[in-house]
Amino acid sequence: MVDVRLPTVLRPAAGGSASVSAEGGTVGEVFADLVGRHPALREQLLTPEGELHRHLNVFLNDDDIRYLGKLDTSVGEADTLTLMPAVAGG
Amino acid sequence: MLVLAGEVWEKVLAKCLEGAPLEACGLIGGRGGDPAVASRVYPATNAAASARVYTVEPRDLLRADRDEEAAGGELIGVWHSHTHTEAWPSPTDVAAAPDPDWHYLVVSLRDLEPTLRSFRIRDGNIEEEPVVLQ
Repeated sequence: MVDVRLPTVLRPAAGGSASVSAEGGTVGEVFADLVGRHPALREQLLTPEGELHRHLNVFLNDDDIRYLGKLDTSVGEADTLTLMPAVAGG
Repeated sequence: MLVLAGEVWEKVLAKCLEGAPLEACGLIGGRGGDPAVASRVYPATNAAASARVYTVEPRDLLRADRDEEAAGGELIGVWHSHTHTEAWPSPTDVAAAPDPDWHYLVVSLRDLEPTLRSFRIRDGNIEEEPVVLQ
């Protein structure tokens, strides 16, 4: 199981938890497992086309997965995925 | 209401002036609620490197979140500068506001005297809140 840390804004969609566990060998598989357990997370994590939502940052330990393999990035049981909203404006 | 430690405002202002003419940005950490108390500042790189928009560099955001958690608080908001317009959230700020519980601080450098205002942004609605410097 991979530990997934959620920002406050996503917690209501996951039963209020700050951290959840999910199974999978890649970020995409972990997300699929998460969405299976918490369907309300689907539109927060992924676009309708199944791509990583651009308003979401996903870190595998200390690294942004956009610079790794995106949703194909491999994850292991000792890893932590940290999800954070993109912070931007004008 | 948002309570700002004096050194928080001084650091935010210094970073905004240092970043001009580009927009400067960063996070604040402390305690949520009403009043919320901002005790710590986490300057961030504006990944957009723009005078009109900002994007908090994602790794700076991660670092701020971890540092704030280690300090026993939580990230409670974001600040950024408007270098040529008033201290009021732009349509981009409203559209991109990531968290309805956050405090959105805008520092205007348009006039000789910089101004700081703080807002809550929920469901596209802007509500200004009082800021108290301590």
